[in-house]
Amino acid sequence: MSEAQVLLEVKDLKKHFPIHRGVFKKVVGHVKAVDGVSFRLRAGETLGLVGESGCGKTTVGRMIMGAYRPTSGNVWFQPPNGQPRIDLADIRPKQMKPLRRHIQMVFQDPFASLNPRMTVRQILAEPLVVNKVAKGRELEARVRELVELVGLKLIHLNRYPHAFSGGQRQRISIARAMALYPCVIVADEPTSALDVSVQAQIVNLSLEIQDKIGVAYLFISHDLGLVRHFSKKIVLMYVGRVVEYAPAEPLFARPRHPYTEALMSNVPSTRPEMVGHKIILEGDPADPINPPSGCPFHPRCLYAEEMCATVEPPLMEVEPEHLVACHFADVLNLTGCDALGCAV
Amino acid sequence: MVPTLEVQNLRVHFMLDEGVVRAVDGVTFSVRDGKTLGIVGESGSGKSVIGQSILRIVPPPGRIVEGKILLRMENEDGTKGRLDLAQLDPNSRQARSIRGRDVAMIFQEPMNSFSPLHTVGNQIIEALRLHSDVSKNEARNRAIEMLGKVGIPRPEHRIEAYPHQLSGGMRQRAMIAMALVCNPRVLIADEPTTALDVTIQAQIVELLKQLQEEFGMAILFISHNLGVVAEISHDVLVVYFGRVMEQAPVDVLFREPLHPYTRALLKSVPGIDTPVRSKLATIDGTIPEPSELIPGCPFFGRCDQCGGDSVCQDTPYVLTKVAENHSVACPLVCVAG
Repeated sequence: MSEAQVLLEVKDLKKHFPIHRGVFKKVVGHVKAVDGVSFRLRAGETLGLVGESGCGKTTVGRMIMGAYRPTSGNVWFQPPNGQPRIDLADIRPKQMKPLRRHIQMVFQDPFASLNPRMTVRQILAEPLVVNKVAKGRELEARVRELVELVGLKLIHLNRYPHAFSGGQRQRISIARAMALYPCVIVADEPTSALDVSVQAQIVNLSLEIQDKIGVAYLFISHDLGLVRHFSKKIVLMYVGRVVEYAPAEPLFARPRHPYTEALMSNVPSTRPEMVGHKIILEGDPADPINPPSGCPFHPRCLYAEEMCATVEPPLMEVEPEHLVACHFADVLNLTGCDALGCAV
Repeated sequence: MVPTLEVQNLRVHFMLDEGVVRAVDGVTFSVRDGKTLGIVGESGSGKSVIGQSILRIVPPPGRIVEGKILLRMENEDGTKGRLDLAQLDPNSRQARSIRGRDVAMIFQEPMNSFSPLHTVGNQIIEALRLHSDVSKNEARNRAIEMLGKVGIPRPEHRIEAYPHQLSGGMRQRAMIAMALVCNPRVLIADEPTTALDVTIQAQIVELLKQLQEEFGMAILFISHNLGVVAEISHDVLVVYFGRVMEQAPVDVLFREPLHPYTRALLKSVPGIDTPVRSKLATIDGTIPEPSELIPGCPFFGRCDQCGGDSVCQDTPYVLTKVAENHSVACPLVCVAG
C-alpha cells in the first residue's frame, strides 16, 4: 500500500513564551505553550489536533502558519512543485512569502476574521491579486468559481460581511482560504462559534471540498465527536505535549492514555440510556508556566503511580502508528468510546 | 403539589424600530423542587430571554406583554401562596429581594458576573447579608462552607481570592456558591458550561446534580448543547423562534423525538452510529427574521417533513399533548396522530 506524500512533518516543535516582570522586563520564566510536538500530515488527509484550552493546539497551528517563530524544532514542508522540502521554522520572512499560498488558514470567529470594509468580491480577490495569480477577467472567473465552490450565490459578491450569518461568513472564509489552490489548510476550531445545524453544513462542505480538490486539513478542535467524523489520524495534546497520536479507529476503540479515556467519557451523550460511567477528573488542566514534574497528567490521573511524578514518559509506539506517552500504556486496559457508550 | 415555578403563556416582546421582535411568544412550562428542566435552542431562539424574564432582568426595550410567572412562596408567617413575578415592578424592593434569595442565576462567563474589584468572598458575603439577617462572621463562615461544598479546595484561603486569581472552572464553582448561598428554590443556569473545557464541564454538571440532591432546588438549565441537556435534565423544552416546539421527559425526547426540528437537531451532531465522513443532516435555510409575524409553524420552509405542505403554514401554532408529559407543536404529527 503506497501512502500519500507527507506534506508537513512537525518534529519536536517547541514554543516557550518568556514572562517579563519588573521595570527592566527581566525574564522570570517561560510559558511552555508547546513543548515537543511531532506529527505528520499527508496529502489529502485530515489530521485532528485535539486538546483542552491552553494545551497549545492553536500555537502549533500558528507556528505552521509562520505567525510565531518556534523556539526549537522543525516544520518540514514539502512544496507541491517537487522542490526539496523546506523547514518553515528556519527561514526568513522573505522566503516564507511564496510558500504561504500553499498553506492557508480558517479561523474560529467568522465575525472577526473578515474585513468589514471589503465586499465578498474584494475579500476573495485579494489573495489572488497579492500573489499575482490572476487579474482582469481571469480574476473574476476564479472569484465566481470560489463562490460556487462554497455554496454561495453570485449576488452575494457585492455584499459586505455584516450582511451574512455566521455560517455564511465561515463559507466566505473557506473560499478565501481555497483561493490560491493550497495543499494544506489549518482550520482552528472552524465550527465552534456556530449552531449545530450550521456546523453540520460547514462540516459537509469541508468534506466535499476535500473529496473534490484533495486538500489536506489540520483540523484543530476540542470536539472529539467532530474530530472523529473528520480525521484519519488524531493527535491528542495535554499542556504542550502529545499524549497520544494514533489513527482514529483504534484510538476510539481502545485508547491507551488515561487522559484520552477520560476525555472520551466526558463527551456529553444525547442518549440518556447510554450514559456510561463518567470519569470525572479532579482539578484543572496543568499550568503551562509551571507544569508538574514527570508526566504532566499525573496529578489528575486515576492510574498514577510513584514513578509518574518523577519520570516523564516518552512517546512510544505501542502498536504500529499508535504512539502513547504513558508508562503503563501496555498494562492498562482502558475503555474506549464504544464501550463507554459515549456520544462520539 | 404546586410546582416551584410555573410559567404560563409568557410573551416577551422587544419594540424595535424595525418592528416588534417576539423573542418569547407564548411559552408555558413548570418545574418542581429537585427537578431540572432543560431549555434547548439555537442562538436567537429566545431561550435566554425566558431566563431573564423570570428574574425580571429583560433588557429594554424588551417587555413582558402577557403571561404569568408563578413562583411558589413560603412566607415567614407560614402562609403559602403564589407570587406572579410578571406583575412585579422590576425595580421594586420586592423584586430585588426575590432575586438572589428565591431565584438565583448563573451565567456563561463568570468573569463578567463577578466584580473584578472585590474578593469572591466579599461578594458572596454581601449577597448573603443582603437577604438574611446574619452577622459578618456568620456570613463569612457560611461563605467558606459554601465554597467548600462546591468543591473549591482550601476555601478558607480562597475566600480572599479575586476573581481573576481563579481558573475558569473554579470561577464557575464560586459563582454557583454565590447563587446557592441563600438557598434559592429556583436556580436559572444560562449556558453555565459553554465556556468550559469538556473535563471541567463534566465536573460542573456532576456538581450541579449533587447540589440539587442536597438542597432540592429546581433548576432551569438553558443550553444549546443537546448532550449536556440530556445529562442533567429530567424534562426538556425545545424552543425555536420564541416558541416551544416539543416538550417531553428527557428519555422520551432523546429516544423518540416527534417534532421534525428536534429530530433534525439531533441528527446534525455526529454520533456513535454516524459513519465517518458521511454527510451530516443539515437544516436548510436560516431562522426567520425576528420581526416576522408567523402564525403557523415557524419551522415551515426549513422542515424536511412537510415539503411545503400548506397545512403547516396555515394551521395556527399550537402545542398539542400527544402523550402523558409529551407535547409537540407540529401539525403533521398532531393531525396525523
